Amino acid sequence: MFSTLMLAAMLAQSGKPVSAEEIRAIDLTVFPNGSGLPRGKGTAVRGAALYKEKCAECHNEKGEGREQQYPRLVGGIGSLATAEPVKTVGSYWPHATTVFDYIRRAMPYETPRSLSADEVYSITAVLLYWNGIIGENDELNEKTLPRVKMPNREGFVPDSRPHQKTKR
Amino acid sequence: MSIRERRRWLALAASFAVSACSRKPGTNEGAAKPASTLTMRPYGERSPYEKVQRDARESTKSVGVGSSRTPLHELEGTITPSALHFERHHAGVPVIDPAAHSLVIHGLVRKALRFSLAELKRLPSVSRLHFIECSGNGGGELAGSAGADASRSHGLLSNSEWTGVRLKILLEAAGPEAGAKWMIAEGADACRMARSIPLTKALDDALIAYGQNGEALRPEQGYPLRLLLPGWEGNASIKWLHRLHIAAEPAMGNQETAHYTDLHPTGKASIFTFEMEANSVITRPSGSQKLAGPGAYEITGLAWSGRGKVARVEVSLDGGESWQAASLDEPVLAKAATRFRYAFKWSGAPTVIASRCIDETGYVQPAREEIIAARGPNSTYHYNGIKRWMIKQDGSVTHV
Ligand code: HEC
Repeated sequence: MFSTLMLAAMLAQSGKPVSAEEIRAIDLTVFPNGSGLPRGKGTAVRGAALYKEKCAECHNEKGEGREQQYPRLVGGIGSLATAEPVKTVGSYWPHATTVFDYIRRAMPYETPRSLSADEVYSITAVLLYWNGIIGENDELNEKTLPRVKMPNREGFVPDSRPHQKTKR
Repeated sequence: MSIRERRRWLALAASFAVSACSRKPGTNEGAAKPASTLTMRPYGERSPYEKVQRDARESTKSVGVGSSRTPLHELEGTITPSALHFERHHAGVPVIDPAAHSLVIHGLVRKALRFSLAELKRLPSVSRLHFIECSGNGGGELAGSAGADASRSHGLLSNSEWTGVRLKILLEAAGPEAGAKWMIAEGADACRMARSIPLTKALDDALIAYGQNGEALRPEQGYPLRLLLPGWEGNASIKWLHRLHIAAEPAMGNQETAHYTDLHPTGKASIFTFEMEANSVITRPSGSQKLAGPGAYEITGLAWSGRGKVARVEVSLDGGESWQAASLDEPVLAKAATRFRYAFKWSGAPTVIASRCIDETGYVQPAREEIIAARGPNSTYHYNGIKRWMIKQDGSVTHV
């Protein structure tokens, strides 16, 4: 066992301070309250053109998805309680901020993090528009995006397991 | 050693080599003589007669989205050889130079810190045996398309010795501020895979691991650094770890909302269902294998629980009507795979065998029907139903 003193001494030798600037350069997290969103703006009108150029190849013309698991991004609203639930950005994702966060960090698949903030807002807008969640000319920016109410906002409940009596 | 002495040793060594080579290689005559030239390799390989491999699948045309499964039915003991550890990637396997890699801890902390690999390895470390299981393991069983062998039914489970620094030490150095309740862990893979983890788990038994089965992590397991959350769904143990963001709230990212949530028939889905519940599978005799004929056999398999130690494993020889206790190989460790064994005599009649795990919390591994009753057929993840195998009259074993 290491004494607390020894451990403190070891820790003092390792772990360098990181500046706020360095953190800004790598921080991609966006929270549901909008914290972490960069300044910028976009609408579905601009997003439709960008989507066609950068996303349609894999996710199809209007987010229908393609065979071989290129996920569907549009539709399925109202299907979750049926025998054949369709989980998409529109039907399942509880927060609009997640759409921005995920596209910014991970898409387009071959060139992630190549889109500007305005481009990500625009493409987020077109996906929400095709899902009937916002209007074609509604502007998304760091203030309006967290206020978008997703259809499945109240759809998640805490872990209810174990589904049987245990000693814990 | 002088140059002359060195030459003498080299000459001697060469004469040994010549005499060894003068025998016919590749035959089995004489026990003491080398049978092949495959000796003294700087990095060893298995016998050319051994062919066991993972069942690897790309799920899209875009390379890097897919999984490979551990061939549990072809392995012994409890340790998964690193080369056979299951994989699930969402954007391929990055090639990372460890000298250029670091871990940043920031957010709701008094001091944001960056740790290099060298700095981390200098801190007190621990080695522990733990399983990692993808919460999609058994998803096919739930959906009603039972896996034909133990790889296809349960192969998103592997068990390794992991070496690393307790995350608690690093977090205490950074000093979480009042209100800090979550930690967003992010990997350096192309999609920057991220998960929100309750800080209570991070401060409990989480490891920042750099070692796997005695050597560095395999690239597919997160080289050079991964998070390890013992007993929790594998997706949360972020690979290629480079950033820990301490926060008051979860990020509600794609991987914890769109995926890895369990949809119930009500249309509501359980979120943050981290613990992998008690589970087990018979690996021998199991699907794709064949018994040579009636007689005595050992039933063996693996059992595990994300809530602690395996307390008991029971085996059924009548499809789940009656159960008998199996013996457990020592050591039985918390949140680690445990091997069970049970001797039985096969009469030659069709027989349905099954196993169930009971963990130290008293939880009993349920039947598929119980899981469907509790959360419906579309819950996709965290399936741990009892797996049955049918031994047919000709000795061949199939899924039921
Ligand atoms: C080369 C193919 C390709 C291109 C181009 C592409 N994607 Fe994707 N996308 C994928 C794949 C593959 C996945 C699934 C990744 C995984 O399994 O984690 C995915 C997943 C997603 C998801 C998550 C869906 C879900 O339900 O989890 C969203 C949203 C998305 N893409 C949006 C976009 C947008 C917006 C663009 C254009 C900027 C784009 N994609 C371009 C291949 C692509």
